[in-house]
Amino acid sequence: MRLGLVVDLDTCVGCHGCATACKQWNTSGTIGPLSDKDPYGRNPNGAWLNRIRTYEVDDSPNSKTVHMPMSCMHCDDAACVTVCPTGASYKRSEDGIVLVDQDKCMGCNLCSWACPYGARELDPQEGTMKKCTLCVDRIYDEKLPEDERKPACVMTCPTKSRVFGDFDDPNSEVSKLVRERAGKQLLPELGYNPVNTYLPPRNKPVVEQYQPVSLKDTVKGWVNKVISR
Amino acid sequence: MHPAFSVLVFTVMSGAGYGLITLMVLGHMSGFAPQESGVLIGGGVLALVMITVGLLSSTLHLANPKNAWRSFSRFKTSWLSREAVFAVLFYPFTLIYLLGVWLQGADVGTFVALCGVVSSVLAMVTLFCTSMIYASLKTIRQWNSSLTPVNYIALGLMSGSLLLAAVQAIVAGELAGVQLQMAMGLLVLGAVVKVVYLFWIGKPAGSTINTATGFTQASVRLLDQGHTSNGFLNNEFGYTVEANKLVRLRLLMLALAFVVPFLLLLAASSALTVIAALLVIAGLLVERWLFFAEARHVVRLFHGDQRT
Repeated sequence: MRLGLVVDLDTCVGCHGCATACKQWNTSGTIGPLSDKDPYGRNPNGAWLNRIRTYEVDDSPNSKTVHMPMSCMHCDDAACVTVCPTGASYKRSEDGIVLVDQDKCMGCNLCSWACPYGARELDPQEGTMKKCTLCVDRIYDEKLPEDERKPACVMTCPTKSRVFGDFDDPNSEVSKLVRERAGKQLLPELGYNPVNTYLPPRNKPVVEQYQPVSLKDTVKGWVNKVISR
Repeated sequence: MHPAFSVLVFTVMSGAGYGLITLMVLGHMSGFAPQESGVLIGGGVLALVMITVGLLSSTLHLANPKNAWRSFSRFKTSWLSREAVFAVLFYPFTLIYLLGVWLQGADVGTFVALCGVVSSVLAMVTLFCTSMIYASLKTIRQWNSSLTPVNYIALGLMSGSLLLAAVQAIVAGELAGVQLQMAMGLLVLGAVVKVVYLFWIGKPAGSTINTATGFTQASVRLLDQGHTSNGFLNNEFGYTVEANKLVRLRLLMLALAFVVPFLLLLAASSALTVIAALLVIAGLLVERWLFFAEARHVVRLFHGDQRT
């Protein structure tokens, strides 16, 4: 199994719901707490496992606003695991999820340096590295109804632009989406082979633009309309 | 990259200590440098103190140091783990060598000599592992190069050679010509290596905001990074220094670490040699600060940088 997420950049509206749901679930999950420093002060700073950035792609009039949520890509070649000196970072062989053992981490930051996606953040209170667990404490929980055994971010997304599944299964929803919508990996040139894939925005018909008309032409138009009657 | 002061102190001090012990032991074994036991003991103790201060300082940047003992466990994959293992292995061999010199004088037996050679080899291996921690990161193109280990080893040997000349000047009261020539040669080598590195990182290369976001056929600009105040990623990777300040610091570094010490050594005076050694350490602290400040991590692309 190779579990991961597909994020649809066409439908994501940048509501930050996934980041909030992630923080809510994981602060009391297996790697919790996800603490904050100065949460209500002037410069709040805390560990989040999911960040949403907004970009403007291309130039006006063809520009498009794209919201890009980013969490751990659960890379096939995860350098964050190989650089870890304590063995706290590991990649599960059964489903490919990359995790941090909070009891072993010494907070040296080297794994966050090795990660090109900014997926790892140091907890300011605990002093250990925090990262997306793909809600490993949800997806295998047999006490939950079967359709709720998904990561918190996927459950909460109001536009269904996050899809969770097995990339090794060619018939899974994620594999189909990647095939049909030409899914892209981020920073492929670095060779980390990220599992999470992004679906580029669809091509849409160009919206017709208002063409300004001179006063003379406007009056002429009215006159023609009157005469033709 | 944010330059953590503890890491700057660690890499400069331990680099100089490892360089010092390597050159001292090799000089002692091959017999081309003066071999007074006082100088050997003095140099050895200075090296051990610098390495120990450096290693202790390196633990200061850990956010959870109670788990530091676990860092010996991933020798197979992690350069940081390898560095930790070799750094600890280095101690017994060096202590046996120094004890041997203290008891037997400069004419040491085979076993002590062997321990000396092993300790100098371990010193270089440890320094190489330190440099590979940085050189192995594909995310930072300014570090991900064979120039990084070359820099660390050349500058470690360079600062070590000046310390050795300074110890000789203080303990023996007079300079040894061969040590002075070695220090000057290594200063030239270090300067060449550093200038080559500075030219190399100046070339535009590496990932861009287009490959980072996947939009490779249009311009991409950051509109909003999604949070109102800086987080861990901004603080760790977003460290930015103005270009004119970087140029001034580069000139200061080249002067402090290479040019002025070389000119001081030309005078061949004991006092000036000691000053030159201190200047090199100060210059290398600036050099290491620049090594971090000029390194641009690819995460910056997601926060709006157009290229690394």
